[in-house]
Amino acid sequence: MKATDTHRAIEAVWRIESARLIAGLARMLRDVGLAEELAQDALVAALERWPDSGIPEKPGAWLMAAAKNRAIDLLRRKTRLERKHAELGRALEARQDMATPDLDATLEDDIGDDLLRLIFTACHPVLSTEARVALTLRLLCGLTTEEIARAFLVPEPTVAQRIVRAKRTLALKQVPFEVPRGAELAPRLSSVLEVIYLVFNEGYTATAGDDWMRPRLCEEALRLGRILAELAPEEAEVHGLVALMEIQASRSRARIGPSGEPVLLLEQNRALWDQLLIRRGLAALARAEALTRKLGGTPGPYALQAAIAACHARARTAEETDWPQIAALYAALALRAPSPVVELNRAVALAMAFGPAAGLEIVDALAKEPSLKAYHLLPSVRGDLLRRLGRFDEARAEFERAASLTRNGRERALLLDRAAGCAREPAPRPS
Amino acid sequence: MRFMMLMIPKGYENAEPGTAPDPEAVAAMMKYNEALQKAGVLLALDGLHPPSMGARVSFEGGKPKVTDGPFAEAKEVIGGYWMIQVKSKEEAIEWAKRCPASENEVIEIRQVQELSDFPADVQEAVAPFEEMWAQSEQPRGS
Repeated sequence: MKATDTHRAIEAVWRIESARLIAGLARMLRDVGLAEELAQDALVAALERWPDSGIPEKPGAWLMAAAKNRAIDLLRRKTRLERKHAELGRALEARQDMATPDLDATLEDDIGDDLLRLIFTACHPVLSTEARVALTLRLLCGLTTEEIARAFLVPEPTVAQRIVRAKRTLALKQVPFEVPRGAELAPRLSSVLEVIYLVFNEGYTATAGDDWMRPRLCEEALRLGRILAELAPEEAEVHGLVALMEIQASRSRARIGPSGEPVLLLEQNRALWDQLLIRRGLAALARAEALTRKLGGTPGPYALQAAIAACHARARTAEETDWPQIAALYAALALRAPSPVVELNRAVALAMAFGPAAGLEIVDALAKEPSLKAYHLLPSVRGDLLRRLGRFDEARAEFERAASLTRNGRERALLLDRAAGCAREPAPRPS
Repeated sequence: MRFMMLMIPKGYENAEPGTAPDPEAVAAMMKYNEALQKAGVLLALDGLHPPSMGARVSFEGGKPKVTDGPFAEAKEVIGGYWMIQVKSKEEAIEWAKRCPASENEVIEIRQVQELSDFPADVQEAVAPFEEMWAQSEQPRGS
C-alpha cells in the first residue's frame, strides 16, 4: 500500500473512531482537553506504526490502548515531578478531592453513554455559542482547525484560540463529564440541538461560490443528529430536528439555479428533491410525533418546523401544497416559539390557504414590530398581498420599500421588477 | 459522498426460491447494521430475493427480451446492499471491512453518482428531462 493510501485509510479510521476515543478518555480522565491531547497522541502513534504493520483488526481498541499508555506515561512523569517538588520542600497543590483517573475502565463501559456525555459537555451553556460550535466540530466531528475556520469564514488562529479557551473554561468551571438529568435535561438538550442546527444552517445557506467546506457542514450536522437520535431515542425533539434537517437537505440540489442564484421553494424543480432523504425525514417526524403522543405532550418547535417542511415535501407540485395545514402548524409554532418571523410566515400560509385578505390582516398587525423594521421580507410579502387584492399603487410602494431594504443585488432587481409590474397594471375599474 | 456496498454471496446465483439466510448470520448482520445506524452513516439497506425468483430483460437487436431466473451465465449476483453517507471511499472501505461477512461473500464498494459529479454538458442534457418529468406531475387543467 502506498504511503498516501495508508494515510487516507488511517484518516478514515480516525473519522470513525475519534469521537468515541475522546469520549472514553474524557470519562476516565474527567478532562476533555487532556482527552483530546491523548487521542491526538494515539493518532500520531498510528501514523507512525500502521504504514508498516498494517491497520489493526480492531483499530479503535488499538488507539484506546495507545492513548492509555500515553496517559500512564504522563501520570508517571507528573508524579516524578511532584515528588521532586516535595523534595525541594515546595508545597504541593495536590487537592484532596482530585481522584486518580480511572484507567482500568474496560470495554464493558458503554461507549455510547460516553459519547452522549461528550456531546452534552461540548455544548455546555457555560461556553459561548461560537465556542460550543467549534468544540463540537472539533471533538465530535473531527474537523481540523483549518476546516472549521474555512467553514465559518474566520481566521484559523481565532478558531484555535476559541477551542483552547473553551477547554480551559470547562476545566476551570469544573464542568462534570456527565449526561444531565431531571429538570436540567430539557434546557441542556435544547443547547445541543441549537448547536447542531446552527451548524446545519451555516452549511445550508452556503452558495455555489462558497468554499466546499460549507456544504460539508450540512453532512456533519445530519450525521451528528442521527447519532444523537440513536443515543437519545426517547427525545421527540431530537427526531424532530433530524426530520427537519433531512427534509431541508433533500432540497439542496434544487435550491441553486444554473447561474448560482437561489431558487425559492415554490419555484424549485421538485424532480431534483432527494426522495431518499424525504423518506428518512418523514420517518423521523413520525417517530417524533409518536413519542409526543405517547408522553402526552405537545410538539416542540423542531417537530413543528419539520411538519411544515413535510407538507411541502409531500406535495408533488407547488399547487398541491396543503396550505391550511401549514397555516395551522405555524399557528401552533407561534404558540410554542413565538416570533415576528413566524407570524409573517403564518400570514403567507393563511393567504395561500384562504386568500390575500386573511394574510394581510396579520401583516398589517406586524407593521409596528421593531425587530422587522429593516426586514425586507415584510414589505415584500405585504406588497404581494396588496397586488393580489388589486391595490396596485400601494403594492408598488411596498415593493420599492423592500428593494431599498435588501442588500442582495439580485433580490433588489427582482423586487424593483415587481414594483414596475404593478405600475403597468390598469387602474381598478370603479365597482 | 454516498456509496453503495453491494453484497455478493458466492452461490446465491443458484439459490432456490425462498432461500432464507442462517439465523446466526442474520443476528451478526443486524448488529453490524445497528453499528452503521449508530454512527449516523446508514442511509438505506435492503436484501434481495435470489435470481431464481427474478427476471432479466436484455436488448439484443434493439428489442427487449425477457429471461426468467436463474441465469446460467451469471457467476456473481447481488444479495443485498447498504447505502452509506461518508467522507471518502476509504471510509466506505473501512466500514465494509467491519462487516461480519462469511468466507464466501464479497462486498463491492461503488460510489453513487451525483449530478454535480458530471461536466456541465451532461448536466445540461439531463435538465430538460427533469423539467419534463416535473411538469408531467402537474394536475390536469391547472
